[in-house]
Amino acid sequence: MKKHTLSVTVENKPGVLTRVTTLFRRRVYNIESLTVGATENPTISRITIVVTGDKKIIEQVTKQLYKLVDVIKVVDITDERSVERELVLIKVKADNNVRAEIVQIVDIFRARIVDIGRNTLIVEATGDSRKIDAIEESLNPFGIVELVRTGKIAIVRGGKA
Amino acid sequence: MKLKGAEILLHCLKEEGVDTVFGYPGGAVLPIYDAIYDSDIRHILARHEQGAAHAADGYARATGKVGVCISTSGPGATNLITGIATANMDSVPMVCFTGQVGSALIGRDAFQEADITGITLPITKHNYLVEKTEDVARVVKEAFHIARSNRPGPVVVDLPKDIMENSIEFKGDREEVNLRGYRVMKGYNSGQVISAVEHIHKAERPVIYAGGGVISSNASAELRELAEKRKIPVTTTLMGIGCFPGTNYLALGMLGMHGTRYANYAIGEADLLIAVGVRFDDRVTGKIDTFAPHARVIHIDIDAAEIGKNVDVDVPIVGQVKEVLQAINQRLDELDTYSEWNKTIDRWKEEFPLRYGTSSKGRIMPQHIIEKIYALTQGEAIITTEVGQNQMWAAQYYKYKYPRTFLTSGGLGTMGYGFPAAIGAKIACPDKTVIDIAGDGSIQMNIQELGTAVQYKLPVIICILNNQFLGMVRQWQGLFYGGRYSFTDISHQPDFVKLAEAYDAIGMRIKDVGDVDGALQEALKVSDRPVVMDFWVEREADVYPMVPPGGSLFNMLGGE
Ligand SMILES: Cc1cc2nc3c(=O)[nH]c(=O)nc-3n(C[C@H](O)[C@H](O)[C@H](O)COP(=O)(O)OP(=O)(O)OC[C@H]3O[C@@H](n4cnc5c(N)ncnc54)[C@H](O)[C@@H]3O)c2cc1C
Ligand SMILES: Cc1ncc(C[n+]2csc(CCOP(=O)(O)OP(=O)(O)O)c2C)c(N)n1
Repeated sequence: MKKHTLSVTVENKPGVLTRVTTLFRRRVYNIESLTVGATENPTISRITIVVTGDKKIIEQVTKQLYKLVDVIKVVDITDERSVERELVLIKVKADNNVRAEIVQIVDIFRARIVDIGRNTLIVEATGDSRKIDAIEESLNPFGIVELVRTGKIAIVRGGKA
Repeated sequence: MKLKGAEILLHCLKEEGVDTVFGYPGGAVLPIYDAIYDSDIRHILARHEQGAAHAADGYARATGKVGVCISTSGPGATNLITGIATANMDSVPMVCFTGQVGSALIGRDAFQEADITGITLPITKHNYLVEKTEDVARVVKEAFHIARSNRPGPVVVDLPKDIMENSIEFKGDREEVNLRGYRVMKGYNSGQVISAVEHIHKAERPVIYAGGGVISSNASAELRELAEKRKIPVTTTLMGIGCFPGTNYLALGMLGMHGTRYANYAIGEADLLIAVGVRFDDRVTGKIDTFAPHARVIHIDIDAAEIGKNVDVDVPIVGQVKEVLQAINQRLDELDTYSEWNKTIDRWKEEFPLRYGTSSKGRIMPQHIIEKIYALTQGEAIITTEVGQNQMWAAQYYKYKYPRTFLTSGGLGTMGYGFPAAIGAKIACPDKTVIDIAGDGSIQMNIQELGTAVQYKLPVIICILNNQFLGMVRQWQGLFYGGRYSFTDISHQPDFVKLAEAYDAIGMRIKDVGDVDGALQEALKVSDRPVVMDFWVEREADVYPMVPPGGSLFNMLGGE
């Protein structure tokens, strides 16, 4: 079972996200992550959904999504050449003994420190899922106090929409 | 001209060709009912919103037109839910208008507020909460368009009271539907059609498995042409009943759990399955990996999501049944020979006909009543059913001649569907005999609609196959739970004759086999009010043959 990234363009109307999530809940498809946002066209939003399943499940998900009146287009971009990004904010324990070490890690990942507290630092990082997993793992030994991670957004390279 | 939202609504209904609506008033729909008061659209007052919804559904199934119902907000709207879900499972075109509290009150737990667009999201094809009076005309147009096109289904339109009360300038012209996320399916993949034709020409043991999609596509003539051109036997699902004449020499009757032995055997032996407007429901397939084990599968369906959902398909064709069958028929060579396959099937028909025993207590056998109804109406009546054994016997023992003459809740299996659906059908087709075949359990779920049928002088006949049991459940308890009849004995019941009379309907009680025919003839003569026929039948008759749940079609119980 593979992770698939579906890029779904929908009408930018109230309730559309509920329609999409209700469909996933009702048909017992598993959402790994889901992000919604505006696009270059103010009447259209894009939902990026990461869902696990074999080919048959993904095909059903796609067909069922198409049946929603407010869904305009569904593209499985898993195997497309695309740029994918997630954003994470990590509040990590950081007393004076380890601060330097954390800063080093942050540099390696080309992440940033965006807040400095008495005993904690907040690190911001963007990248594809693998990079975000890696930075999380590297900071884990210091003690992660809080972590928020967005879902994935993605855009296909080159001319294709 | 300045018009109120409610007046615009009625104007739009007329434009959609609506002549009848089924409903029940209340506070939030006062503006709509005020507009209905001097409209020439006929409003039928139900006695419960569920009755209104099923009546609109019955009207839709009997005609192919969009059924319309109206309820108030809150409890009125929630009372529609079972009716909406029933229509959704069976792909019935309906538009349901629900009142809603005033826009300013939405979200504040106002009096009689229910989040009906939220509640109906998973049981509608689409739904709307109308936000301004300017949107009413567009939304109504879209709602009807969505309900009736492609795979039909129910659409809910939630109308806040102030939106209906406000007046705006309205010229009456409405723009075309423009939905970029919803396109009407036209055409088909002609490569697949050619491949289908090749498969049909090569097949030695083909079977057509036809369903509700043939009826909703009005494609009975095309289906018949396909079958007769190549002498292909036809079995239908419960929902497909009537799409192929039950009297035709190629008819196999229903397949599946309570299908005929010969239909299920044919599926087991077929080398080609032509699946037309069907959804491979588990009541049909039984154990899915033993369904049609030797067959290549052609699947024609308008809903791409149905193709490959439950079984793998060799030739998928997405499109309107009617269009696709026309394309196939055009390319098909006629076949004159009556094949070995046809003869094998005839032998099965002879060896394993539908049959039933006799009652040890001398009671009427329920199957006999259906046979008598057939003998007297010859396939010309519209039959509706409740759910349970009554429904299965009505499917097995009546021979349907035409599409849209067998109305039953297949997907949801809603007890209480049959009687209000019969009311809707009778209003749609006043010249047809309309009979609800009922169980004594189911009929009590919407018995209040006797009030409606009497008020509108509708001579609908209700045949209660009264076994004083929730018969279908009792049957399963008998077969699979050691005969422990837990809460299925319903012998505490009203006197149905007196009940009918209390409503000013006609009541009859029939206890002797010899009286069945005469009583039915008498009931068929009534022209101004409903007739409730309380047939006291064998209490423990079972529906056979039967594929035990999860079993294979060729392992059937009973009816040998
Ligand atoms: C007690 C009980 C027992 C039952 N036992 C049986 C049984 O023994 N046998 C049986 O068959 N059923 C039985 N049923 C009914 C069963 O549950 C299903 O409702 C039924 O089998 C579905 O029928 P269908 O496949 O024709 O699909 P439908 O629900 O009628 O769906 C129609 C299909 O056609 C497609 N379609 C619609 N319009 C078009 C068009 N214009 N062009 C192309 N395609 C279109 C739709 O997309 C859909 O896939 C039973 C139900 C109950 C309550
Ligand atoms: C609303 C609803 N509740 C419960 C059921 C479960 N159920 C299916 S068949 C049946 C028995 C129906 O009894 P009756 O109407 O007397 O018909 P019979 O089977 O005896 O012909 C029941 C309870 C159902 N289908 N619908």
